[in-house]
Amino acid sequence: MFEFANPDTLATIFAGLTALAIMLYAVLDGYDLGVGITLPMKNEAWRDTAIASIGPFWDANETWLVLGVGLLLVAFPKAHSAILEAFYLPATILLLGLILRGVAFDFRAKVHPEKKRLWDITFMTGSYIATLSQGFMLGVYIMGLEYTTASIIFGVFSALCVSAAYALIGNAWLILKTSGDIQKRAIYIAKRAGVLTFAGILAVCLINPLVNANVYQVWTTPPFAYFYAAIPLMCFTLFLAGYRALKMVDNGASDKEWLPFAITIAIFIGCFLGLALSFYPYVVPNSLTLYEAASAPESLSIIFAGTIIVVPIIILYTGFAYYAFRGKADGLRYY
Amino acid sequence: MFDVLILSRIQFAANISFHILFPTITIALGWLLFYFKVRYDLSKHPVWMRAYRFWVKVFALSFALGVVSGITMSFQFGTNWPGFMETVGNIAGPLLAYEVLTAFFLEATMLGIMLFGFRKVPGWAHTGATFLVAFGTTMSAFWILVLNSWMQTPQGFEMREGVAHATDWFAIIFNPSFPYRFTHMLMASALTVCFLVAGISAYRIYRGDDKKAPRLTLKTALFTAALLAPTQAFIGDLHGLNTLEYQPQKVAAMEGLWETEKGAPLVLFGIPDEDTKTNRFSLEVPNLASLILKHDINGELKGLNEFEGEHPPVKPVFFGFRIMVGMGLLMIAVAWWTSFSLKRRKRLSKLQLMVLIGMTFSGWIATLAGWYVTEIGRQPYLVSGVLKTADAVTPIAGSNVMFTLLAYLSLYVVLLIAYIRTLFVLANRAVKEEEYDLAVPGLGEQGRNQVKDAAQSAKSREDKRAGHHPNKHGTHEPQNAGA
Repeated sequence: MFEFANPDTLATIFAGLTALAIMLYAVLDGYDLGVGITLPMKNEAWRDTAIASIGPFWDANETWLVLGVGLLLVAFPKAHSAILEAFYLPATILLLGLILRGVAFDFRAKVHPEKKRLWDITFMTGSYIATLSQGFMLGVYIMGLEYTTASIIFGVFSALCVSAAYALIGNAWLILKTSGDIQKRAIYIAKRAGVLTFAGILAVCLINPLVNANVYQVWTTPPFAYFYAAIPLMCFTLFLAGYRALKMVDNGASDKEWLPFAITIAIFIGCFLGLALSFYPYVVPNSLTLYEAASAPESLSIIFAGTIIVVPIIILYTGFAYYAFRGKADGLRYY
Repeated sequence: MFDVLILSRIQFAANISFHILFPTITIALGWLLFYFKVRYDLSKHPVWMRAYRFWVKVFALSFALGVVSGITMSFQFGTNWPGFMETVGNIAGPLLAYEVLTAFFLEATMLGIMLFGFRKVPGWAHTGATFLVAFGTTMSAFWILVLNSWMQTPQGFEMREGVAHATDWFAIIFNPSFPYRFTHMLMASALTVCFLVAGISAYRIYRGDDKKAPRLTLKTALFTAALLAPTQAFIGDLHGLNTLEYQPQKVAAMEGLWETEKGAPLVLFGIPDEDTKTNRFSLEVPNLASLILKHDINGELKGLNEFEGEHPPVKPVFFGFRIMVGMGLLMIAVAWWTSFSLKRRKRLSKLQLMVLIGMTFSGWIATLAGWYVTEIGRQPYLVSGVLKTADAVTPIAGSNVMFTLLAYLSLYVVLLIAYIRTLFVLANRAVKEEEYDLAVPGLGEQGRNQVKDAAQSAKSREDKRAGHHPNKHGTHEPQNAGA
């Protein structure tokens, strides 16, 4: 069989690909989950607009989760089993939430008008279940993938902050895709969600090195020791810039409606890189490295070959889809 | 009480059974929509767009249910069956990865354009997106059936330290049962969609919808079914012969053949009894099983006695097979009967419409029964001869699996009811719609004239009907119809 590189290099490449897929998932499904959890229940027309803004995209966004979990499954089967067995219940609850919101999205447009509100509530509830369970799992993962009182408390806190982060990116998306009163509402929510997100990031920066010896090691030895101070600082700068951008869009001083969304993506990427660096080379905190968990190199090679050919094509047609639906969201029409 | 093996098996079966309902629809419905769109592009006749518009909604709903129920599968491999990926991950992994890369993204991304892009992109791009969605669903079926067939008839690998390593990918992909299973499944999807489209169209006509679109879709579906249903029987027979060669124990269970026999009878019906190793109340045709499977009335068929401890439970395989075949024969009969009437009299009787409405989801029953035959027929192995199901199961506490199983089951029941109701709500709404809409883009002068003509004739029909039955018009309350 053909092999591109030695097993360890392949394992590193696949860790990078898996991380990339999960990060893209967090950003992309993040904004549509965020739109879901802050759905304006008081105004049906706003709901239609908000949902129209994510309509053509949510399906493909969710596929990044399948790819992320799929890559973990195929490239690091031992890690996949260990992580998902530990997360058996929260992961199932996440899936139930994703099922509810995914179908509610479609049912709402097709059922009897009086049932529409019920499916909207289902959409919002399902989105909440998804963001809360994802946040909870992230918190417990950071606490070393163990269930203790402390890790559960941190998990709950993390659930709230991750939901806030999704609300932030979701409303930043709405600022880009809507106008008028619904845009004002999105700015209002984004400001508040931003504060909670920031608090969450600070908490992770403080707690993560304290509970994980390996993480402490990473962030106190050069070269990453320099970054340790820089990352929260950078995040803080980004939040400040984001807040300014929100204000300027709000009072009409700027027409850069894409800026809050772009800044939020930068914040997401920064946080994700920080976390990934913290845990490297472990995939299961403190117990399993990615080299120990990797599949056979010939199988990874054949997936890698497919990935480098297909992913650029995926990016190309995804770009086409975003281009086709550029501009402000109008009502979704089936023809 | 909480046996994790049994519960995990039930949970996986429940998930995959629920899941397969929707891809079975979307695979063929995607191609049908592509056909409608191409006919529209060529003729600019608005009826094709009408048909497209109605069925694309059903597609969207089915697709969404398929996606969300499919995500649970990718988690369960790891959560409930860690032994599967640990043993054969080097083969299953790349196949699953290729499915995600070449199929999932393509369908999910193009779906947005297909559903909502008609006014946003040029006509050719919309037709192209429809094609790519259909192509994506078929690619998805290709990869997952490669994996499933490999689990049934594995080859192209070697075992090293208890782990399977790929040696020949061509042999893995084109393993012996793959061509048959793939074709059989594509046909199953086509027939499921034919009867779904026929059933819903018949329902619309039954409810007084005399527009052109439902009559057109009814005709398209029934003529296709009349052609494909017998073809499927032929493919199924080939698939059976292939199974006899590679998995004789499965065929023995399907036929309820306990002892190896020359000139084995075909058991039309009976109740297999695992304790006495006989069929009770059986109705048999002498020598027919040998004739069908060996093309020789005295051919020798291996019985279950040859596979002590290595054969599947007989009852579900035996009954599943009969349900599938029975449903298939019923489909042939109904498709021919209704197609014949349609050809001769241009319309169907009330009875025929009612039969078709009753058969709306017959494809689901046949498909599920067929999958139970092949999947239960693989037991006690997860991968034939390589890995037993019992050796792959998770060490998670049974009570946790019980909890998630109940959660899945109750959600699926609710969703299935909502899905079926919504199909009929959509149908009822379509009954009340105007014949055509002049605002369809790309219609052109020719199309607009056709619309006007059609509106004219619809109006005269309306007047005539209103004259005869003054109270009959427009009093249906769609809310009660889906129940």
